[in-house]
Amino acid sequence: MNTPDIVTVTNLSKHYGDFTAVNGISFSIRRGEIFGFLGPNGAGKTTTINMMIGLARPSGGSILIDGIDAVKNVKKAQSIMGIVPDESNLYDEMDGFDNLCFCGSLYGMRKALRETRAKELLEQFGLTQAGKRPFKAYSKGMRRKLTIAAGIIHKPEMLFLDEPTTGIDVESARQIRQLLLKLKQEGTTVFITTHYIEDAERICDRISFIAGGGIVASGTVSELMDSVSHGHSIRFTADANLKPLAGELQARFGGCTVKAESDHAITLFSEKRIALSPVLQYLDGQGISVFEATELRPSLEDVFVKVTGIEAAKLKKEKEKGGAGR
Amino acid sequence: MKTWIAFGSILKKDVQNYYLKPPNISWGIIFPLSWTLMQMIRSSGGMNLSDIRQMLPGLMAMSVLFGTTSMLAVTITFERKGRSFDRLLLAPIPLSTMVAAKVSGAILFGLFNAFVPVIFAAFFVDLAGINWGAVLLAVFLIAVTSTLLGLMIAVSAKEVFEAQTFSNFFRFPMLFLCGLFLPISSLPIFLRPLSYLLPLTYGTDLLSGSILGVSILSPVLCILVLFAFTAALFVFCQYNIRKKWIL
Repeated sequence: MNTPDIVTVTNLSKHYGDFTAVNGISFSIRRGEIFGFLGPNGAGKTTTINMMIGLARPSGGSILIDGIDAVKNVKKAQSIMGIVPDESNLYDEMDGFDNLCFCGSLYGMRKALRETRAKELLEQFGLTQAGKRPFKAYSKGMRRKLTIAAGIIHKPEMLFLDEPTTGIDVESARQIRQLLLKLKQEGTTVFITTHYIEDAERICDRISFIAGGGIVASGTVSELMDSVSHGHSIRFTADANLKPLAGELQARFGGCTVKAESDHAITLFSEKRIALSPVLQYLDGQGISVFEATELRPSLEDVFVKVTGIEAAKLKKEKEKGGAGR
Repeated sequence: MKTWIAFGSILKKDVQNYYLKPPNISWGIIFPLSWTLMQMIRSSGGMNLSDIRQMLPGLMAMSVLFGTTSMLAVTITFERKGRSFDRLLLAPIPLSTMVAAKVSGAILFGLFNAFVPVIFAAFFVDLAGINWGAVLLAVFLIAVTSTLLGLMIAVSAKEVFEAQTFSNFFRFPMLFLCGLFLPISSLPIFLRPLSYLLPLTYGTDLLSGSILGVSILSPVLCILVLFAFTAALFVFCQYNIRKKWIL
């Protein structure tokens, strides 16, 4: 089966007694895309991923993965999945190479194949030197990288990653983002949960915001931004004081509201798109050179705060709890 | 084939990571040896060498029981706590294969434990005339049922110390009720039915019949009952794993 959607989740819910962790969510993931699940801690991200991979039983709803009913036929669905949990869960006593080979064997890979693939992955992740060191001696970033390597040793069609860059150093986080983009290029579909807005913005093709167990918004980054931005804004930065020209600009470009931000910068707001050349020609006529014209758009964080009602400060606090990772 | 690759790999990993570690090897030797010496000292007043053979079924059964229940309950609880057990739950292999692979390591460890007293006894007494095929079958069945009891305990425990404590709740009453120390016929009448609910009762009886030629039940009955316990415990453990670990 080769449908555009590799994952279809419909009305998925999970209750623990009276507590509802996930409340009837529906979404789909397109084949070959990176799909992000963005939300604060406790939003229901890990519960959702656990239901999709077979570590939690849904209270209701359905999950189809590549045409397989992942609730009823979980083992068949698991055979096409790679899974990277939020905490590195390899074997401390075993070295990196043996850990990878062991994970390959769980997917039925023969010895020669899994050993070749383990060597490839250690090289790809820059862990060749550490390959014979016990996993317990690895740094946090190395542990995370080896856990991801273990998740892709069998070349899964669908990769699930729970908070892949949480609590690791900047360089390791960058390498992981690059790796995910490379996997996407190779045709792997990737589902990541994260509470790092920057990660979602940088690598995800589409994003769903989850809060309080429900999906509050979904779309591409630009669709999400468009959903909260009303009108257009352009900031002009020039070599001269623009404040005295604010009134004149407003009068000339009637549909715009003009706001002088500093001596050398001015912002034009309009419901319609703003044509640049008339403004530039006018300023040029005044003997003013414009160095920069920037379209101002709301950030993904602004969108998140607006649709979830969760303050940016709370997210920031969670980021700090998570560690460096940026 | 893919399932067998996974099975072999889980078993090999457990044997290398847990059962072949020096502390466990020494534990597997010292523990049965201590039981043997303790029994010898206890009966040192009027003991002669033939008593060693009399003690053998009990020593072997105790060694298997303690070896298997301790190791499996501890290793599984340890892996659950470190979440590496999730990796096995997420593997595309049947749960029954994964459970079989996990218990196989402990069963092998139990078999090794059981034969430490035999090797020790071989230095002192003639072990000729023992039905070794029946002994091996008995030890294997005791190891399987004890290991599955260990798994049942592991599913209920969150911490390693909990697993150890729960294990003792099962092990010590079993030792006293299965006819190892006291014949079942000398137990208070209200306790006797309990004895027949324990797999160890049938295992030790089978072992006693094979080594000493003395048994209270038919060997066929013992084997059938032990197979029934094995099947029931295997199904129950799988059900419990699904219920408690796949939330």
